[in-house]
Amino acid sequence: MSVDAATVRRIAHLARIAVAENEVEHLQGELNAMLAFVEQLQEVDVAGVEPMTSVTPMAMKKRHDKVTDGDDAEAVLKNAPASEDHYFLVPKVIE
Amino acid sequence: MNELTSLSLAQARDGLAKKDFSAVELADAHLLAIEQARALNAFVLETPERALAMAKASDARIHAGKAGPLEGIPLAIKDMFCTEGVRTSACSKILENFVPTYDSTVTSQLWRAGAVLLGKTNNDEFAMGSSNETSHFGPVTSPWRRKGSNVAITPGGSSGGSAAAVAAHLCLGATGTDTGGSIRQPAAFTGTVGIKPTYGRVSRWGVVAFASSLDQAGPFARTVRDSAILLRSMAGHDAKDTTCIDSPVPDYEKAVGRSVKGLRIGIPKEYRLDGMPAEIEKIWEQGRAWLKAAGAELVEVSLPHTKYALPAYYIVAPAEASSNLARYDGVRYGLRVPGRDITDMYERTRAEGFGAEVRRRIMIGTYVLSAGYYDAYYLRAQQVRTLIKRDFEACFKAGVHAMLTPATPSAAFGVGEKGQADPVEMYLNDVFTVTVNMAGLPGIAVPAGLDGQGLPLGLQLIGRPFDEETLFSAAHVIEQAAGHFKAAKWW
Repeated sequence: MSVDAATVRRIAHLARIAVAENEVEHLQGELNAMLAFVEQLQEVDVAGVEPMTSVTPMAMKKRHDKVTDGDDAEAVLKNAPASEDHYFLVPKVIE
Repeated sequence: MNELTSLSLAQARDGLAKKDFSAVELADAHLLAIEQARALNAFVLETPERALAMAKASDARIHAGKAGPLEGIPLAIKDMFCTEGVRTSACSKILENFVPTYDSTVTSQLWRAGAVLLGKTNNDEFAMGSSNETSHFGPVTSPWRRKGSNVAITPGGSSGGSAAAVAAHLCLGATGTDTGGSIRQPAAFTGTVGIKPTYGRVSRWGVVAFASSLDQAGPFARTVRDSAILLRSMAGHDAKDTTCIDSPVPDYEKAVGRSVKGLRIGIPKEYRLDGMPAEIEKIWEQGRAWLKAAGAELVEVSLPHTKYALPAYYIVAPAEASSNLARYDGVRYGLRVPGRDITDMYERTRAEGFGAEVRRRIMIGTYVLSAGYYDAYYLRAQQVRTLIKRDFEACFKAGVHAMLTPATPSAAFGVGEKGQADPVEMYLNDVFTVTVNMAGLPGIAVPAGLDGQGLPLGLQLIGRPFDEETLFSAAHVIEQAAGHFKAAKWW
């Protein structure tokens, strides 16, 4: 499988990465090189093989559903590019 | 090089305990070495004030008889580990000004054990790379050079700064992270010891996430014993990482020096690649001879899905990365580039904040997870991963205790020599290490010799899950036979 220029633009948008028009051709080549490399997986017989979902077999850890941390808005907001009154500030989302 | 920086970690530990020198003197000696080695670009942040304050506190604890297992030991920390109040950037522009308000579990355990922070080391951006060339702070230059040449050599990656710092005696040990070989390949390239523990042995909490089902932290050191000492303090259960196993951490140092007599060491025939340099084959053969002479039994084994590990990795790792790196959106932390609306802000922030390799991997990951392609790529890669794991399980079930392979398909290459035209060329560096991450197993790289150009070559030992002890024992046998390798100082 390989990607065309329109697909590159679509993936870039899905990934929320701005791509300039003059970068598309280059990116298309790189992505297709990677896709060509992984193409060999198609020759493996995977019929009936369970996909790996857990690296080490272990029971899911559970904890009590209670608050054990928090109440530290200053620390949470410390690295925010923009904040006000313990809120993160973003450009207007709803018109 | 001064006397205190020539010590091993174990020697320094013993010298501190005997009060032959103080932790402040030891920290000072290393801070001076770091200052004189800026040409290597191994550190992206030096923390001399913190180092001296921590060393002073260590001296007080030593005098009070309350020393921890790493009391006063100066370490370098890869810039992927969050350190409280100390910038942690993952060597990305997007986190250029990020100062965590907490420590990773690994680093907090190291400080609890008494270790001293010298600074943060350089790495490939978000640990995506095999040469440290994708770092926002520029490449690391290895302390090693080819005989009679001034060409800058890469220390490997992604933990290139940690490997170079340990090899150049700028610290007694360092931390690394390994997603596809990022500890073992740089260890092999710099003549140092690096271990990637079993998935789940070390907590991932507070470590900048790349591919969560593959990432695992581990130490770099100049001797097998030193790496065993460090791993003991890094490992252990952490309730904050649900994949971190709740089982006691052995005293790994006790495994160093243990006999390998009667151990069955597997030699996977699929690791004999076409076109592999004769020197790699030779060092592998040498390793087999050393283990045999020490009483181990060598058996040829087969891991038939080996060749599919790297392509499957380049689906699984980018897929997980695309998901993990979605958090860098310019809202809660990191770089923000203004846009005309919120989507435009996200897109500009991520275009400007991420480097080319990271953007490429996020896009591939986004593609293989997108509607209509998930089954063909991601699901199939996870099935292949099961097959890779089964290959190893079959060998271990048949009585193999560990496997011996080359660590890398070649010695270190020069800065700018690889991957310029085709990204896949760089990816092939991880061909021997990536299988271990895919199967979640422990792997150690140990120096085994020098090639014809005078550059280090390493061997890899792969172990059964949670059997790091056998790796330390067998690696020690190789270390004893091969000796230690030190780069001639030119910086």
